[in-house]
Amino acid sequence: MGQWTQKTLTRKNWMAFTGLFLCFFLIIHLLGNLQLLLPDEQAHLQFNAYSHLLSGNIIIKIISWVLYASIIAHVVYAVIIMLTNKRAGDVKYHYDRRGEVSKWYTRNMGLLGTIIFIFLVIHFRDFWYVYKFGSLPLDARGNKDLYTLVVAVYSETWYVLVYVLCMVALCYHLLHGFFSAARTLGVYHPRYVQWIRVIGWIYSVGICAGFALIPIYVHFLK
Amino acid sequence: MHIRLKIWRQENSQDTGKMQDYELADVNPDMSFLEMLDMLNEQLLEQGQRAIEFDHDCREGICGQCGVMINGRAHGPLKNTTTCQLHMRSFREGETIYIEPFRATAFPVKCDLKIDRTAFDRVIQAGGYISVNTGQAPEANSIPIGHPVAEAAFDAAACIGCGACVAVCKNSSAALFTSAKITHLVLLPQGAVEAQQRVRHMVDQMDAEGFGHCSNTEACEAECPQQISVLHIARMNWEYNKAQLLKK
Repeated sequence: MGQWTQKTLTRKNWMAFTGLFLCFFLIIHLLGNLQLLLPDEQAHLQFNAYSHLLSGNIIIKIISWVLYASIIAHVVYAVIIMLTNKRAGDVKYHYDRRGEVSKWYTRNMGLLGTIIFIFLVIHFRDFWYVYKFGSLPLDARGNKDLYTLVVAVYSETWYVLVYVLCMVALCYHLLHGFFSAARTLGVYHPRYVQWIRVIGWIYSVGICAGFALIPIYVHFLK
Repeated sequence: MHIRLKIWRQENSQDTGKMQDYELADVNPDMSFLEMLDMLNEQLLEQGQRAIEFDHDCREGICGQCGVMINGRAHGPLKNTTTCQLHMRSFREGETIYIEPFRATAFPVKCDLKIDRTAFDRVIQAGGYISVNTGQAPEANSIPIGHPVAEAAFDAAACIGCGACVAVCKNSSAALFTSAKITHLVLLPQGAVEAQQRVRHMVDQMDAEGFGHCSNTEACEAECPQQISVLHIARMNWEYNKAQLLKK
């Protein structure tokens, strides 16, 4: 078992697999959430019906368990990797300017990840927990009225501000994470490495701009 | 020129060590960095003090022996340059220059700026070779190898094992060093035979020596005197994953 979990390279593989699954999830999540941008009457019933559809489907249920497991594994492996790295270089330089030869966000994936994790806790508490375990009023079609909750939460200026800042952190995390995952899994051909750089940029900026747009749009126009 | 120096002094591997201040006048800007240290050592010896120990050998930028942290950068402020190929003209008049040994748990300091890099040797011993019966030199063209392949293998083989990649890495990872040797050998027909066991043994040894994970920051490539490409790390990952999946 150790060879699949305890080698530096296999640990990074788990980070890559779970990270890429989370990347895939973000696409689906964003596409679903884009319904919030529809005209008010249509968005209201359609978004609630969509949420209801997701919570009842067995396939979606299985995927959601993989999602929870991925988040936990990604965090746990990040901590294990960080602790190993600390042991590997426990003596610091008195004068350290190594940062000049690499990008800041590639060196601070842990910090960016922590911001995203805190965001996730808030995000789960405000929407996921309330939807699953809270008592939400029903809409005209008898579905739980998540839409009204979302609009209410996004009417808070500070919440929208924090949300957008977290999306900036997510963007930088994805920017390095997507590319780094491909490298960890062994994409070494220069041509495909170039493609992955470009796809990673488009993906990261697209996802984060999309997610940031929703609360801003709801805040100012609903 | 006149310079101030802050240099790491440590009697032996048990000593805690500390930064010590020195001043040096009449430094010629065209001196190499190591010649400047020689000049300082001559003065220290004349004063009856212990000379500062540092590794060096060819002083032509090809042996990989020299290597110290200069002003917080591996091999000093220039990219892709060994310490011996750095000259004092890269510094300002009156500048304070910090000189520290390369730091990593796998590279314990032996004395002053001298570190123990035998961890690299053990990684090579774990599989950085091909198993053949030696004898008379074989006919060079008996195994045809395309020119681009030979060039690519040679680019990887150019690693001089100086350890700058580990020193500059925030995780003290030896991924660039280990992957360069793995790529060098796997590209060639003689090396491809033992590719699977080589990559597994060398990665295992790299881990056992206490090097960290690769975070793909690519700082190693920027500081590497031989400009070893980080794509070798991807190649190592590929070979390792393949070996893990296909091993019998």
